[in-house]
Amino acid sequence: MRFKDVFSIIGPAMVGPSSSHTAGAARIGRAARQVLGEPAREAEVTFFGSFAATYQGHGTDRAIAGGLLNFATDDSRLPDSIELAAEAGMEISFGQGTGLFPHPNTVRLHLVGAQTGTELTLTGISIGGGNIEIVDIDGFGVKLTGMYPTVLIHHMDYLGVLASVTDVMRKGQFNIGHMSLDRKNRSGAALTVLELDEAATPGLLHELRALSAVKSVKVVDLNESAQEQKGKDNTP
Amino acid sequence: MNFQTLSQLAVLCEERGMGIGALMLEEQSGESGRSKEQEFATMSQYYGVMKEAVHRGMTEDTTSRSGLTGLDAQRVASYNAADEPCLGGPAGQAMAYALAVSEVNASMGRIIATPTAGSCGIIPGVFLSCQERFGWEDDYMVSGLFAAGAIGYVIANNSFVSGAEGGCQAEVGSAIGMAAGALTELRGGTPAQAIHAVGLALKNTLGLICDPVGGLVEIPCIVRNGFGAVTALAAADMALAGVRSVIPSDEVIKVMLEVGSAMPEKHRETAGGGLAQTPTGRKIMKDLRSKK
Repeated sequence: MRFKDVFSIIGPAMVGPSSSHTAGAARIGRAARQVLGEPAREAEVTFFGSFAATYQGHGTDRAIAGGLLNFATDDSRLPDSIELAAEAGMEISFGQGTGLFPHPNTVRLHLVGAQTGTELTLTGISIGGGNIEIVDIDGFGVKLTGMYPTVLIHHMDYLGVLASVTDVMRKGQFNIGHMSLDRKNRSGAALTVLELDEAATPGLLHELRALSAVKSVKVVDLNESAQEQKGKDNTP
Repeated sequence: MNFQTLSQLAVLCEERGMGIGALMLEEQSGESGRSKEQEFATMSQYYGVMKEAVHRGMTEDTTSRSGLTGLDAQRVASYNAADEPCLGGPAGQAMAYALAVSEVNASMGRIIATPTAGSCGIIPGVFLSCQERFGWEDDYMVSGLFAAGAIGYVIANNSFVSGAEGGCQAEVGSAIGMAAGALTELRGGTPAQAIHAVGLALKNTLGLICDPVGGLVEIPCIVRNGFGAVTALAAADMALAGVRSVIPSDEVIKVMLEVGSAMPEKHRETAGGGLAQTPTGRKIMKDLRSKK
């Protein structure tokens, strides 16, 4: 089933005009911000396909910028997000890409973290009704929707790593709904993505980070609306 | 979810002795692991956003960034009030409200995608106008949104809901089917009648292409939302009167998939054909580009 629940049909709450070009784009930006794990100081945004053809009219550029500021799809600041990003010290550029791309609505983001200088390249597609998939993170093939609490684990590929990860999950009583793993090469760097039924706790993340093969652990969760974000620090 | 088709949905409703909305709430809670109260509260918030959008569209300036659209909802409302409209009454009201929400969307205001932003006017248009007319409580409307969601869930997973994939039949057509089925249930129709309403409505939108001028969610999207609200009311009335969708609704959904898949790319939200490529459509696109 491509669409999993009632709120992938009724919803999201969003700022118009297009669920694919605006809400979906905002979610891709926000997912990238969460994968980076810190605000970005540089963002190079490349649009493909229908995104490239109509991004200005649909405010897709504004939606991406808002997502990079961690705004939800219904945040009333989205229309002003490019200016807000500039105020926050984010250098953001938009371009149209050529070559092959996986879906009519595709965007590729290259980010540089403001605090650590970490770089991230991420490709997202907008599949309709505001629903998205992240299909590539730093060259790893993934399938991540952000609609479930998601844990991303960068680790080394060797025997038993996955077993130790799932063991931590079992002990902590976290059920895995979907799981994917991609590696650069045998015994090389790998990325495992776990979609969970419940939000990951700090304790769970701590235990995962303590595993010897694990290099980093990130969390993506796009479920919050702007109303639920109120009172939290969601500015960069 | 324990159903994949509309007929399975109707059977489940009968087995459990509940309406589509109540059943969907139960299924949703089972799927998410959150309580029914939590799920209901989320949908309730969404209904609040829909009301807010109708209000904004009926009272504020909704001129879009492109300057191409805006304020038609208010034009229709004042015409409804002052003149002798052809449609008039509740249908005129539903049409104005649907235009209002769609115009708020085009002007980058807050809306709920139902199922998409391009079709976001139809369900609020039908729901709010009927709520005012029949004096229904908010909670009753929220249960209606769960019913609409159940219908949309089946359409989305067996066919499509986005214009880029299946044309406007997938977008506006799905919303009309969802609104028609939900309204049938809200008016006291059985799940079987509600499902007939979906088939009746969808049959009337088969083949509708997605041809937005300049690629924007404005022309013809906004007026199609206005028309869509009226079609949903008509489909609900037919179903409540006992009219059946002789081709079962699940088969109509499959036809939508067939027609949409056969549609050339230029008629699927690329602005490469249809109204977007008329002389006027091309001129608008050129003007928009030179403004940038």
